[in-house]
Amino acid sequence: MEYEPIIGLETHVQLKTKSKMWCGCANQYGADPNTQVCPVCLGMPGVLPVANEEALRLTVLTGYLLNCDLPRHARFDRKNYFYPDVAKNYQITQLALPSTLNGHVDFELNGRTERVRLTRAHLEEDVGKSFHFDRQSGVDFNRGGVPLLEIVTEPDITSADMAYAYLNALKDILTYAGISDCDMEKGMVRCDVNISVRPKGTQELGAKVEIKNMNSFSGVRRAVLYEVPRQIEALKNGETIVQETRRWDDIAGITESMRTKEDAHDYRYFPDPDLMPFEPSEAWFEEVRQGVVELPLARKHRFVEQYQLPEGDAEVFVNDVPLGDYFEQVAGKAKQPKAIANWVINNLRAKLVESESTLEDLKFEPASLLELVQLVESGKISSKIAQTVFGEMFDSGKAPGAIVEEKGLVQVSDTGAIEQFCDQAIEANPGPADDYRNGKEAALNFLKGQVMKLSRGKANPALVGEMLQKKLKG
Amino acid sequence: MDCFQTLASLRQRLLDGEITSKEVVSGFLGRIESVDSDLNALIHLDKEGALKQAQTADEALASDPDARSKPLIGLPVVVKDNIAERGQPLTCASKILSNFVAPYDSTVVSKLKSAGAVLMGRANLDEFAMGSSTENSARAITRNPWDADHIPGGSSGGSAAAVSAGLCAAAIGSDTGGSIRQPASFCGCVGLKPSYGRVSRFGLTAFASSLDQIGPLTRDVRDAATVLNVIAGHDERDSTSVPRETEDYTASLGQDIKGLKVGLPKEYFIEGLDPAVKVSIDGAVSQFQQLGAEIVEVSLPHTEYAIATYYIICTAEASANLARFDGIRYGARVDGKDPVELYAKTRGAGFGSEVKRRIILGTYVLSSGYYDAYYLRAQKVRTLIRQDFQNAFDQVDLLLTPTVAAPAFKVGEKSTDPLQMYLTDIFTISANLVGNCGLSLPCGFSQNPKLPIGLQLMGRPFEEANLLKAAYAYEQSTDWHKAFPS
Ligand SMILES: [Zn+2]
Repeated sequence: MEYEPIIGLETHVQLKTKSKMWCGCANQYGADPNTQVCPVCLGMPGVLPVANEEALRLTVLTGYLLNCDLPRHARFDRKNYFYPDVAKNYQITQLALPSTLNGHVDFELNGRTERVRLTRAHLEEDVGKSFHFDRQSGVDFNRGGVPLLEIVTEPDITSADMAYAYLNALKDILTYAGISDCDMEKGMVRCDVNISVRPKGTQELGAKVEIKNMNSFSGVRRAVLYEVPRQIEALKNGETIVQETRRWDDIAGITESMRTKEDAHDYRYFPDPDLMPFEPSEAWFEEVRQGVVELPLARKHRFVEQYQLPEGDAEVFVNDVPLGDYFEQVAGKAKQPKAIANWVINNLRAKLVESESTLEDLKFEPASLLELVQLVESGKISSKIAQTVFGEMFDSGKAPGAIVEEKGLVQVSDTGAIEQFCDQAIEANPGPADDYRNGKEAALNFLKGQVMKLSRGKANPALVGEMLQKKLKG
Repeated sequence: MDCFQTLASLRQRLLDGEITSKEVVSGFLGRIESVDSDLNALIHLDKEGALKQAQTADEALASDPDARSKPLIGLPVVVKDNIAERGQPLTCASKILSNFVAPYDSTVVSKLKSAGAVLMGRANLDEFAMGSSTENSARAITRNPWDADHIPGGSSGGSAAAVSAGLCAAAIGSDTGGSIRQPASFCGCVGLKPSYGRVSRFGLTAFASSLDQIGPLTRDVRDAATVLNVIAGHDERDSTSVPRETEDYTASLGQDIKGLKVGLPKEYFIEGLDPAVKVSIDGAVSQFQQLGAEIVEVSLPHTEYAIATYYIICTAEASANLARFDGIRYGARVDGKDPVELYAKTRGAGFGSEVKRRIILGTYVLSSGYYDAYYLRAQKVRTLIRQDFQNAFDQVDLLLTPTVAAPAFKVGEKSTDPLQMYLTDIFTISANLVGNCGLSLPCGFSQNPKLPIGLQLMGRPFEEANLLKAAYAYEQSTDWHKAFPS
């Protein structure tokens, strides 16, 4: 019998807010333990939570970006469980009435567009971090109360690669829109993976095994690659899979059982009486919707179609949004957007890196880049001269036309002048001239170079070639 | 110094320069020293701090013209020991917080401080405000100032006893199911539970978040209005506080109540009402008629479900609210070999039996499989009770009831029977379920022993001004509030 895996993911993402979810403490990674805490996030007696509106805004923005329904009435619930890293011994989350429902993420995998449906993306608070020392343990509550988005998929994922591609697509979307930095090293993204297998062609889901708290996408891929064959093997041996929670051992590369369904928690959820239901106005939703950005995949497709760019160029502009936006500013009016793309990717980006500056520091106007390309296209300057002009433009901010005028860089297309340079070059280099006459094609390039040198780069290279040919072989 | 003066009278004397805040505070401190060792109204007395604050108030009164406009300048107040006051113990009368010092001020305490009040100490209560007699205090049982064999009521029993016995000019309590009004009734003072959301809960150790409300206990109605003026208002730190303008609650005092419609809920005038209470309440009803009020019988048909509804909701919320007391971050800890054992030992040793009973009950009603039958159903009944009150308030301006069915019972009389104890709250809990305002004020005495009897008035949500106006009119036409224990 053949088996197929059914995989669902629950991804926890820290939101990029200035302060924590319920108090004014900074939402910042890397401070000394328990220095970003206050009575509220330490669960002192008498304190009350006040919802961070920025976190609610980012949650709803995520809903827009992930094609979710956005209920007009959301609520917070208490999830009760005792654990030293949970300051109140309950976590505030959205169980019954989350801020977003029913979305999907589209992404490319092996040249095809795949879709994973989402059950929900709900807002909750992060917990503290436990540390274990020789003889005792400690908890750092700096992370406690940081806003966390839990994004839950339908069981639509069918392979380790698909899980990996989905996670990367999700990460791209969230970082793209400034919703989260998604820095794995800093624990900003954590995943629970639900895996079951079933005989191919059947509809019923098998017993669900949950692998908790994965902190890298490659770990998720490896865990799926381990867990799926483990379950299939077990079924083939006549064993039954029990619903359980397993832990991924990244070093050994295996999953091990943590607890079975029998010792599952009863979280005793109930609506948090300290918080009012969240029922913002339509105007608020509209304001959040203004923050919707184009998603990476859509942007790539658009750049390819609208500007006839190769996929490679489009990807550069997807990965570097400001550079892509800059390109669009210039390319909108260009006859050949590809030429603009070349300048932006090959020259501008290199110059920015070299000078350690950003697009905001640019001294020249976007129109100048278009002008530069037009100068080359019209034959007024050579592409080689254009490099010099660009350097000058980058340093001084002057318009390319002005630079060309000022430095006398206009391409010489006057045949009389070019003929003079050619005659000089042939006279000064009789050897190569003979070589060419005798059929050595490469010699022509040498002579061309000499003419360009004599003209200080200004001679129109096409005319020079024609002229030399005519003179030597004509 | 006469310790049985109202805030208003003490304030006048302070402003007139007849007396200093230091003299006032010293007077109360002297009285506390002489009577509180038997009474146990206070858990903690901040003698030095009180004298220092008094000196600051006297200096301000002498030099700063603005100080005179502060409504509580130089006047001693005690605060129930479940409301945070920075640098002071916050024990909630529990062993589990016996060593806890509040690291911040509750909103109510900062408002009292801004109003110039002298915060003298912390009042006793039933552990975590769970109880109706102050017998559930891990510290000591507070005695009724009128008769030491009797309880003062609860859970704000320390606050009520302190006001009644002349240990302070006013006290702050909290009311989750009657915890201000019931002890006020038993001790013969005025106790006001404001509408839910009128006073910030920030800094009040939560017992049942959707029911808790802070309010004043005072010698008379005017003082209650004065303190409410200070503590009421929207607070950004409490999402459940209501963004609604406050008003000057003393402004309507003295207006006549002719034509005011006062409802008597028939479900509250039942068999089993103590005869002395019945006589006093009947007298109060006649008095209201004489003052020109129109008395109307109304019905609150779901009253019989109020106790069950209340105990499901308050215990459910309490089971989560008290989970934070685990010995990990603060408070008393009993070590264990792992976190689970540490929790069990810490909470086993730290909580008293009533608190444990309610945590267990609350945990049960929220458990999977029971949630719908208990918690969810209780919320539905709560809605019905709310509708009862809305219907009644469509017909009348105020409701008039006994605060409690009988005068204060004896120490130990009900402490072994939780159900009997829970039933003492039967007339007061609905206001917490509904969220409307309610007040208890003296309306008579029982004989042998002589114990105060309280009259409860309830008003529409956020109509405290109307409630206080009616209470004041009644109070000023009687002498009950002028009596004090010997
Ligand atoms: Zn904090």
